[in-house]
Amino acid sequence: MKGMRAARRAVGFVAAIAATSIVFAATASATTIERVTSPSGIEAWLVHERAVPLIAVEFAFAGGAVQDPAGKAGTATLMASLLDAGAGDLDSTAFSDRLERKAIQMSFSAQRDTIQGTIRTLTENRDEAFELLRLAVTAPRFDAKDVEISRAQILSLLRRETTSPSDIASRRWWETAFEGHPYGRPVKGTAETVASISIADLKSYAQRILARQNLKIAVVGDIDAETLKVLLDRTFGALPEKPELFPIANVAPRGLGRRIEISLDVPQTVVDFGGPGIPRQDPDFMAAYLVNHILGGGSSDSRLYHEVREKRGLAYSVSDNLVWLDHAAVLLGGTATRADRAGETVDLIEHEIHHFAESGPTAGELMEAKRHLNSAFALNLDSSTKIAGLLVQLQLDGFGTDYFTRRGAMIEAVTLDDARRVAKRLLDKGLLVTVVGKPQGFASSKAN
Amino acid sequence: MPKFLLLVAALMGATASAAWAGADVSHFTLANGLEVVVVPDHRAPVVTHMIWYKVGAADETPGKSGLAHFLEHLMFKGTEKNPGDTFSRQVAAIGGQENAFTASDYTGFFQRVPRDHLREMMALEADRITGLVLTDEVVRPELNVVLEEQNMRVANNPAARLGEQIDAALYLNHPYGRPVIGWRPEIEQLNRDDALAFYRRFYTPNNAVVVVTGDVTADEVKADAEATYGKIADRAETNPRHRPMEPVQEAPRTVTLADLRVEQPSLSRDYLVPSENSAKPGESEALEVLAHVLGSGENCRLYRGLVIDQGLALNAGASYSGTAVDYAKFAVFGAPKPGVSLPQLEAAIDGILGEIVAHGISNDELERAKTRLIAEAVYAEDNQASLARWYGSALAIGQTVEHVRAWPDRIRAVTADAVQTAARTWLDRRHSVTGYLVKSLQSEEKRS
Repeated sequence: MKGMRAARRAVGFVAAIAATSIVFAATASATTIERVTSPSGIEAWLVHERAVPLIAVEFAFAGGAVQDPAGKAGTATLMASLLDAGAGDLDSTAFSDRLERKAIQMSFSAQRDTIQGTIRTLTENRDEAFELLRLAVTAPRFDAKDVEISRAQILSLLRRETTSPSDIASRRWWETAFEGHPYGRPVKGTAETVASISIADLKSYAQRILARQNLKIAVVGDIDAETLKVLLDRTFGALPEKPELFPIANVAPRGLGRRIEISLDVPQTVVDFGGPGIPRQDPDFMAAYLVNHILGGGSSDSRLYHEVREKRGLAYSVSDNLVWLDHAAVLLGGTATRADRAGETVDLIEHEIHHFAESGPTAGELMEAKRHLNSAFALNLDSSTKIAGLLVQLQLDGFGTDYFTRRGAMIEAVTLDDARRVAKRLLDKGLLVTVVGKPQGFASSKAN
Repeated sequence: MPKFLLLVAALMGATASAAWAGADVSHFTLANGLEVVVVPDHRAPVVTHMIWYKVGAADETPGKSGLAHFLEHLMFKGTEKNPGDTFSRQVAAIGGQENAFTASDYTGFFQRVPRDHLREMMALEADRITGLVLTDEVVRPELNVVLEEQNMRVANNPAARLGEQIDAALYLNHPYGRPVIGWRPEIEQLNRDDALAFYRRFYTPNNAVVVVTGDVTADEVKADAEATYGKIADRAETNPRHRPMEPVQEAPRTVTLADLRVEQPSLSRDYLVPSENSAKPGESEALEVLAHVLGSGENCRLYRGLVIDQGLALNAGASYSGTAVDYAKFAVFGAPKPGVSLPQLEAAIDGILGEIVAHGISNDELERAKTRLIAEAVYAEDNQASLARWYGSALAIGQTVEHVRAWPDRIRAVTADAVQTAARTWLDRRHSVTGYLVKSLQSEEKRS
């Protein structure tokens, strides 16, 4: 019944505003997505939901840390941290005061391939929220005092990371897998590069990257399409049309078969492991997604969870994920285990992955994974902000709003033969493993 | 997957006592004493189902610290009717999510599933209130899992280790001084018999609260609850939770944790203050506003004073966590800039606290804090799990649905005078512990 009600509403929207409307028919959610285009051509995906008096906006500019200038790693991170620290005529104190008076939440961050932004506001403060967002993205100030506060905070974080086992493991993995490529640079930069970033660098980065053509927007909540159209132009209309992006080469992770040990005096040993993944638009992606779920995709049903945690109690958490970037795809996993059995744990994970590459999942495992992933998709969307976040990601990945109607069939279409073939394609190239701590029990021949 | 999440009481602080009065909440008690709360949310055909037991780490027998949390893990090991991981597999098969958590005053389990599966979840959850079966074969590896969890959360993390030392010093007599996860040497000794004895004593319908939020009506839930939970006989008496209480605290305490891995020193001071249960009317709400004015957002007293104006700190803030049976903590914290010592920063913090004690807060600050605290309740209503958590935690400590619903009114009623009185009464160093996190005891971080 809910589906029908939603569908009727969708039809209404199509007639009235000529936007595309799709129902999440293949999922448990009856939410309707509209594609809204403003008079000046700015597009957003909208879920109009009146039940709670709030509006969540998520957006992303393609760019991110990968677009940091050479020798200035961390520029995107520092720039993003300053977008809400004063804009237009408002210095940072006045700007945060305006946000706080209306309980508007706003934040920005840099990822490898994007600058992400998020706002959440009560409906009654909608116009103020969009006005402050307009200022933040079109007229950030980068006042020297605020730049130095942010820089000092990031430098402190970088100092802390130098003795954090999980940060060390992850940083070394990326540096090794993508040596010489921008993906090998730490997103937050290093003490040296962050110290070298000037205000001119920040302004230049913002001018290059914050543009309309590379902007994806999603809005969920108590706002209709007509109102949103006007606000889209008002908020983002003054941005330059095109970004200036450095060309970035496609790349595959290297160092497969290597195990790098980094000594650190901690009771628990942290392990990161990974190898090549499968690109998001590859025809094998859905099969890889299922295969990864069965291997170690974060459910208590996965093989790694059973072998490492349930059977042997070697770790509290063990999982792996497909990570897809604009210019690379990786499979990345991790665990944290007792030092005296660290060698056993890593050997066990490598053995399970090797075995899985050879034999693939069973028919039963594949069926269960399909059922799970079909239903879990909608269940994961438990807040307006999360729904908006997914809608931005789908736009970045190049999908249309019809993804929701197609997804179920894409999952169902994966055969056992596909899954076995893709398990091999995904998992038989060897792993790059980084190990941080005082691990014992490693066969020294494999150590770096 | 962060399954078996351990909730440290302090994390609940910022939002735990807020919930929006807009929702249409029902509340009833079954014949066996089980309380049920229903909060409809018809935005998607999904439900969040939680059971809260009124037992936590503070109810453990001395010498058995970590037992409440260990039992939480073991609750996933199966019953006579649903052996092994039947329950978890069932949740996974329908694409659901599940998790569990332990705090000082309560232990909770939840699933988020398509609405059609609610009754099935209730039947499974009802079954494990009394039906748990444990063998050494499953208990022993799980103890290792818990030890790895302790390694990950505490042993590998100097700041978490300092937190444990602060709590132990703050409570001279009350069991809140014990870590929820337990002291490692005591965890190592826990066994099957301990777990079963604790289970039989505390896991009974008359000691539990079920919260259902989502696409349901109260009538449906009532019928399903009668048919499932209603069939489980209460098997133990519930007694008032009389724990050893604090004597008059007369001496400020200081603790310093040194670890060579500390690259960013920091300090944190916890004051022993009333919880929502033990406070006089209006007092807990005044502490909530005080924490907000002092330590939340960029315009709060501590951040603006220490980070922006005086340039002494990289970060600073405050928090109050009132959802507790006996006592709560009011925390202030800061991280100094390089070149600033912890005693210098502590003196500056004391200066800011002293100003509020002497002169109170402005009406403008009061109104801004109220606006944001009340808005938090609306934001929380956007997420079924947070809403369920607010009602569940409140009822688990003995509060009422009416008390939760009155949150916006209770906050609106706070006056500037009440906030100043709260500061004067409770920011008393004799009831506090100040913790320093440093690299070495020989460093310049010595106290003045």
